[in-house]
Amino acid sequence: MGNISYEFPVAKDDFERAGEASSKIKKILRQLGMDSGIIRRVAIGAYEAEMNLVIHSLGGVISITIDPESIIITAEDNGPGIEDIELAMKEGYSTAPDRIREMGFGAGMGLPNMKKCSDDFIIESVVGKGTKIVMKMMLKDGD
Amino acid sequence: MTVKEICARLNLRSLTGECGMDKEVKGVYICDLLSWVMAHAHAGDVWVTIQTHTNIIAVATLLELSSIIISEDAEVEEDTIKKAIEEGIPLLVSEKSSFMVAKDLIDIGIGS
Ligand SMILES: Nc1ncnc2c1ncn2[C@@H]1O[C@H](COP(=O)(O)OP(=O)(O)OP(=O)(O)O)[C@@H](O)[C@H]1O
Ligand SMILES: [Mg+2]
Repeated sequence: MGNISYEFPVAKDDFERAGEASSKIKKILRQLGMDSGIIRRVAIGAYEAEMNLVIHSLGGVISITIDPESIIITAEDNGPGIEDIELAMKEGYSTAPDRIREMGFGAGMGLPNMKKCSDDFIIESVVGKGTKIVMKMMLKDGD
Repeated sequence: MTVKEICARLNLRSLTGECGMDKEVKGVYICDLLSWVMAHAHAGDVWVTIQTHTNIIAVATLLELSSIIISEDAEVEEDTIKKAIEEGIPLLVSEKSSFMVAKDLIDIGIGS
């Protein structure tokens, strides 16, 4: 099997369609007959990354690459970037405004969730430019 | 126990008709913070929450939850109901608090 890749644009503040990219990613993995454990991890990681693009970024793209050894989810946005990544990674840290919190977002658990469900997690950010997150989930026999 | 049985025994109001009613309920998760639900709810769980916007359907679908119980008679947007039907997620409403819903679920033997 060669590498398979898909890209999904995610718009800022588009709560109407929020979650669609992750749902499509999940459907692709199901069609490939992947194991439910790896599907759950990918779904969680993709969802948290997608919601952060909707809530905190100016918009961006989520992509998935599937190769024989792993699934890689990448979220890349067009800004505003994260000033203090270490702080942003802390459980409970959130800058979400009240109207967003009322919807149940802003627990400050998205980035920690992403890290937890990845075997390899990379976050890079440049203020004024944007944030890039790469989550790698290794496939095991049976996935 | 199926969603349909729970709906009947707890006197819940289904906003999604018969949609998904034969799903098996395996457990319960109660929380209004979506990232906590994403991290801790399990496939087959019934999710009790006061959140009503469309994103709760995305969460339920991604985690393969069996159904959602909206507590406190919170008003549910039309878009949420439409999406729930599309995705086959039963949306049930209770006038009780999440705590009382939990108590009722325990009383009928769910989660024990
Ligand atoms: N793509 C992004 N662009 C800019 N800032 C971001 C981005 N992603 C996260 N952040 C910042 O990092 C903080 C922590 O993110 P995290 O996903 O952990 O929590 P949250 O989104 O605030 O709440 P939750 O994910 O629990 O709903 C955010 O509040 C925000 O300040
Ligand atoms: Mg988040």
